[in-house]
Amino acid sequence: MTEEDTLENDVVEAELEIRNEHGLHMRPAMRFVEMASRFESDITVSSGQTVIDGKSIMQITTLAATCGTKLTIKAEGPDAREAVEALRELVEAEDFDEPIS
Amino acid sequence: MHILQDKENETMEIKKGIAVSPGISIAKALLIDSEDYRIPRRQIKPSQRMTEIQRVRNAFKDAGNELTRLEAAHDHAEGSKIKDIFAVHLRYLRDRSLRKRVTDVVQSDLVTAEFAVSSVLRDIAAHFKKQKDVYISERAADIYDIERRLLKQLLGRKREDVGHLTEEVVVVARELSPTQTAGFNREFVKGIASDAGGRTSHAAIIARSLGIPAVVALEDLTEYVRGGDAVIVDGNRGIVIVNPDDQTIRQYEEYSREFIQLEHRLDTIRQKPAVTRDGARVTLLGNIEFPDEAEIVLQKGGDGIGLYRTEFLYLNTDREPTEQDHYEAYAKTVRVFDKKPIVIRTMDLGADKYTQSKRFAPEPNPFLGLRSIRFCLQNLSLFKKQLRAILRVSVLGDVKIMFPLITNRQELMQAKMILHDVMEDLDEESIPYHRDIDVGIMIETPSAALTAFSLARDVDFFSIGTNDLTQYTLAVDRGNELVSPLYSTADPAVLRLLRTVIQDAHKAQIHLSVCGEVASEPEYVMLLLGLGVRTLSLTSPMIPEIKQMIRSVTTKDCNEVARKVLSMDSERHISSYLRNAARKILPEAF
Repeated sequence: MTEEDTLENDVVEAELEIRNEHGLHMRPAMRFVEMASRFESDITVSSGQTVIDGKSIMQITTLAATCGTKLTIKAEGPDAREAVEALRELVEAEDFDEPIS
Repeated sequence: MHILQDKENETMEIKKGIAVSPGISIAKALLIDSEDYRIPRRQIKPSQRMTEIQRVRNAFKDAGNELTRLEAAHDHAEGSKIKDIFAVHLRYLRDRSLRKRVTDVVQSDLVTAEFAVSSVLRDIAAHFKKQKDVYISERAADIYDIERRLLKQLLGRKREDVGHLTEEVVVVARELSPTQTAGFNREFVKGIASDAGGRTSHAAIIARSLGIPAVVALEDLTEYVRGGDAVIVDGNRGIVIVNPDDQTIRQYEEYSREFIQLEHRLDTIRQKPAVTRDGARVTLLGNIEFPDEAEIVLQKGGDGIGLYRTEFLYLNTDREPTEQDHYEAYAKTVRVFDKKPIVIRTMDLGADKYTQSKRFAPEPNPFLGLRSIRFCLQNLSLFKKQLRAILRVSVLGDVKIMFPLITNRQELMQAKMILHDVMEDLDEESIPYHRDIDVGIMIETPSAALTAFSLARDVDFFSIGTNDLTQYTLAVDRGNELVSPLYSTADPAVLRLLRTVIQDAHKAQIHLSVCGEVASEPEYVMLLLGLGVRTLSLTSPMIPEIKQMIRSVTTKDCNEVARKVLSMDSERHISSYLRNAARKILPEAF
């Protein structure tokens, strides 16, 4: 994790690996976007050259992140650190693939 | 990620499908979906920008609210899957970047909210569909659903339907129902192109009868077309071109001119008789589905109707047609024809919602199941209503009855017995009808073809339904793209059956006609005449061309063609032989 103080905002980055079998399909994609949307910070997700808005279900879907894909999550804002932690926990959780409760 | 192309960069797309109705048209696309939403490409004034952007925002919000209500309604239900789907759709509707893409289009292109919504979402859907990942490509269906939901908010009661056209258009749709197609105004609808459909789908049949060029089975044409795009429909070659470049437009205008000239030449032979060069007379009849098509048969020079399909009466309404419904439809047609013969075929519904909905459990193989005459023989009240109507109408003209899908003599005798029962009823009620009405059957199954000699004893005529006969004989579902290349009436097996039926009919001295699609194909004329066929029933727009072919051949040549063909054992050889032979006679038609 790298940290920089730019003005008032934290910028926090982390690299994650998609571990669940079917990748970032409907349920996990939804859960990711819902989680990301809870935070004030801007959240971007990169896979290779592609950079997308982590709060957009449309853009997450087109990312086509399959099992094994490495993503870089970057959050910028007052709650950047919490955002990245929460998202990492979610993606790496055992039950990432489970139905939305 | 701005996928939407600006006008300068609109690329020409050439899509291949199945040609189902001949002719060329070049016009603006009118995109309709199965719910008849028109998506007009309308420019807006800069001053209207903010209003349209607000409409987009409201549509997203209202669609979201509607979904939230739906989601709540499914709270208790087994449908956790449904809830998931609604949740995803809701998430899409709340996706700011999606909404921004739509409002950006309104802003930069100065178009209506509906058009922007439709363009952007279709672009996304097309993008999804291109992905290799199955999960993503399937999301395209969700995107279309969301588009519909948004359009519903935007269009609301102001739905424009195809009935209020003021300019020439090419109708583009994912699929078209017969009702929609029948409602097209020929003055404005100049072409039809659909993603789904096949040659024998009802919509295709209607397009042909109305003389509107049509191409179907284009698969994903609707993803490449936006309302207002220039579209060329080539109903001869089965090609649709979106946003043609100037050179292509010029080529097609030339091609279209030539085709129209050919049509005019064909028109002038309308009043001439269908007689071969050596004096053999051929009767040309029309296949119709609606009373309105009867006029066109006359216009094109038909001598009557060889196949009046009656299924439309059952498909168009929720309730079963009454005897009076039948009577009025038939009477309308018979009056157009006065003394000319009309063959009315009894209900031939099969693997469709009408007969399936009457069952407790859907049939696993409806094509081979309780359809058509079998269904009628087990639903006597339905069958008798139709028979009564046909008999009553028989006093108005030269009406004949034809039973479809007869597979053996027992079926035929049962049907005739019921017909006689109905005649007795009418006698008791003193209702007049033509007692000696001709009764015939369609030969469209291998069993009927192989026992034609026996069936011939109890009927007045045969009509060979080559479409189904070919399917049943070759065990091929013509509508299944995976195997449809195997379907061909030029297959040696089918031709042998044809020959058998024709010979049996001649021996029994009963009348014979061919009413399948081959009757409308110029390459088959020589073969059919050579086999001894002297009556063809076909789709009316093709009557002039077939007549032209007949007037250009001699029976001597036709007999030679038939003889040669029957000695061949390869469908491919037969097909190309027939095409070459026809081309020699009438080069400009090929």
